[in-house]
Amino acid sequence: MPRLHWEDFSSGQVIDCGARVVTREEIVAFAAEYDPQPMHLDELAARDTPLGGLIASGWHSCCILMRMLSDALLHDASFLGAPGIEEVRWLAPLRPGERVALRAIVLESRPSRSRPGMGFVKFRFELIGASDKPVVSLVVNSMFGRRPAAEQQTHQSAERQVQDAAEQQVQDSGVARS
Amino acid sequence: MKFFEDIRVGEADDLGSHTFTAESIKAFATRFDPQPFHLDEEAAARSHFGKLCASGWQTACMWMRVMIDYRRREDDERRGRGEPVAQLGVSPGFRDLQWLAPVHAGDTIAYRTEVVEARTLITRPGWGIVFVRNSGVNQHGVPVISFVSSVFVERRNKGRQAP
Repeated sequence: MPRLHWEDFSSGQVIDCGARVVTREEIVAFAAEYDPQPMHLDELAARDTPLGGLIASGWHSCCILMRMLSDALLHDASFLGAPGIEEVRWLAPLRPGERVALRAIVLESRPSRSRPGMGFVKFRFELIGASDKPVVSLVVNSMFGRRPAAEQQTHQSAERQVQDAAEQQVQDSGVARS
Repeated sequence: MKFFEDIRVGEADDLGSHTFTAESIKAFATRFDPQPFHLDEEAAARSHFGKLCASGWQTACMWMRVMIDYRRREDDERRGRGEPVAQLGVSPGFRDLQWLAPVHAGDTIAYRTEVVEARTLITRPGWGIVFVRNSGVNQHGVPVISFVSSVFVERRNKGRQAP
């Protein structure tokens, strides 16, 4: 049974989901498969492009965010997917060797009207780059299962529980937090 | 790529299609979206999806790949005719992405893009910004993905007044 359910997220909550370094190799490997443009593939060719150097595909930054989120939070949550993405903004280039940190902000939480066992949590996710500014910001309405009645929480605040789970996952997955 | 000045609102391109295999669905999910319903047939059968389905991110990323391959073929044809080719710039992002139906192993998704808005910006003299509605439809005619993205496209008429 996962530790986190819909009840554990509340509006205003900010969750630190760990950090990692994005390598040149993974930028080029992703681009070769999904976004083969010169600015994502080759330093020399990238010099002549608008941002003047090798940068990760914006889709890659979304996928990195998704993976970090999965490792930190979703892995131990009754996550049921998302019907879509409200908005993605690619705000700054993501360059080889850059360290990124993932921050999740809960914007809104509401139970599902049609499915009593489920609720929606609207998040803004920010992947913060080397300049301490987001390289990508993503708003999504995610679906989570509700906590079974027999398991209601008593002694630990929901907020503490979520952050603990995120930190535990980050440690378990061996993600560097330097 | 066409130059910004040659792009018209309402014009659409059928970009091409891609068939998703169980192997590629699991490989993508292992790297980027390790949810049980994207990784394992049995876990997917127990989930609300009922069977293995692709990460929505994979469906979206594959739009990008199919689009780039299409633009590359177009550019090669333009060069073959001795015509100039415009540069495709960066994208500020996208909005209103909807995953309308799951993509299962063996599904073939046909991607399409349609211009919904095109304008110039004072802050980017050499470029125009184009908004496109992108979509993917499976082999049964069922829409699986829809989103509106924006991208900068090079102007022929650099830095001067919009035509």
